[in-house]
Amino acid sequence: MTSSQALRRTPLHDRHVQMGARMVEFGGWEMPVQYSGIVDEHNAVRNAAGLFDISHMGEVEVKGKDALAFLQHIATYNVASIGEGHANYALLCQPAGGIVDDIFIYNLPDGYLVVVNASNTEKDFAWLLDNLAGFDVVLTNISDQASMLALQGPMAESILAHATDADVANLPFHCVMTAMLLDDIPGIVARTGYTGEDGFELFVDDDNAERLWDGLLALGKDDGLKPCGLGARDSLRFEPCLALYGHEIDEDINPYEAKLGWVVKLDKGDFVGSDALRRIKQEGVQRKLAGFEMVERGIARGGYDIRGVDGERIGYVTTGMPSPTLGKNLGLGYVPTALATEGSEFNVIVRDKPVRARVVKTPFYKPRYKK
Amino acid sequence: MAFKTPAELQYTRSHEWIRIEGEEATVGITDYAQDSLGDVVYVELPEVGASFEAGESFGAVESVKAASDLYMPVAGEVVTVNQTLVDKPEILNSDPYGEGWMIKISVAPGVGALMSAAAYEKYVDEIKH
Repeated sequence: MTSSQALRRTPLHDRHVQMGARMVEFGGWEMPVQYSGIVDEHNAVRNAAGLFDISHMGEVEVKGKDALAFLQHIATYNVASIGEGHANYALLCQPAGGIVDDIFIYNLPDGYLVVVNASNTEKDFAWLLDNLAGFDVVLTNISDQASMLALQGPMAESILAHATDADVANLPFHCVMTAMLLDDIPGIVARTGYTGEDGFELFVDDDNAERLWDGLLALGKDDGLKPCGLGARDSLRFEPCLALYGHEIDEDINPYEAKLGWVVKLDKGDFVGSDALRRIKQEGVQRKLAGFEMVERGIARGGYDIRGVDGERIGYVTTGMPSPTLGKNLGLGYVPTALATEGSEFNVIVRDKPVRARVVKTPFYKPRYKK
Repeated sequence: MAFKTPAELQYTRSHEWIRIEGEEATVGITDYAQDSLGDVVYVELPEVGASFEAGESFGAVESVKAASDLYMPVAGEVVTVNQTLVDKPEILNSDPYGEGWMIKISVAPGVGALMSAAAYEKYVDEIKH
């Protein structure tokens, strides 16, 4: 039996296999889910540092006279407030307000760089092209030439400082700079991440990915730097309640339901979806994302039903797992707005049995960004 | 990497092991299974007295990342449950064939699909490649 489409591989695929990583499919890519173990890697990032291959993510260059105007048109965030050398989180929305993707926009000297989710790269690029009319802009999908690594954790700064003469220690949160890494690898360094810890995301050409990976692991060894996979990436983003596309956000979910109203800057002017979002914000939402902890014994998982204490189905879990750092079984899910308040209780259906859960304050884990 | 597969036990395709002694048996999951799961954080076992058919799910085991059902190698009624395992699920990772036993059952008549240790080793080898 042959598969209709082989899984894509990053430039670091062979390195992951050599290092004994367990490989899985994600968004059409063959990626490492773990090396030493999800909990071990998770703890390494919280206490020391972890290195992630995130080359599967998509990168699109947006350049030209109307680059800013174009991005203002399609993104919910006020892109004009992202100065040169800065970056910010944003959403792409449908005209009706549903979320196409969550993205990061970087304002670099030679234009903008937009980073998108691996699972949405094709969709997003097509979306950008569909909305191009009337803008003097050149879009270049560089996903196939750009590699991305994430170096995250309290030791990330000192490890990276050993890898470059560039002043990364003083690079502020959500800022971005160019740097020569390991003497001769040109790269873009951003103080961004998806773990709730201080850290950096590094962009280099595919040809240099292996050398950078090896070099950073060697430099960080004595500080406890470990290679980390997608399993830890998920548990690390879950604790500070960062959204994952296909779970907390999707085409049928609007930013206000997802508690991402702060990423929608309605007063910047019109953009794709702004009419609908203005109306939704004004009317309020019927359901809302809530963070909860399991009161009775059981683990909530993405996709599990949520029922009111009276037995009626009222929502579903978007992500749930035992939290390695908090030591409790936690979850995120959509429930009726009235129940999305601290202290509310409902049941998560685990293998056909109701297990009591209670809404708690989010984020579960307070991010420790260097601000 | 070689997984432990004690020769005196029998195995299922869903990675349970069973030690049959007369009309009683002890059931657990294999070394390969605990390794695949990763750090086990939760084990759900049935009540004493519960009866199951061969191949029926009798419980579940969970790691950080995923939940997996446990399947009866043969039909039977639960006589004893390893409560220690429920309180300390990590024992499954460290000692799947000893302290990590899950349930003791009285074996009911009926067909179970069991493999010898050698057959199970070969089966795991095939899955890995």
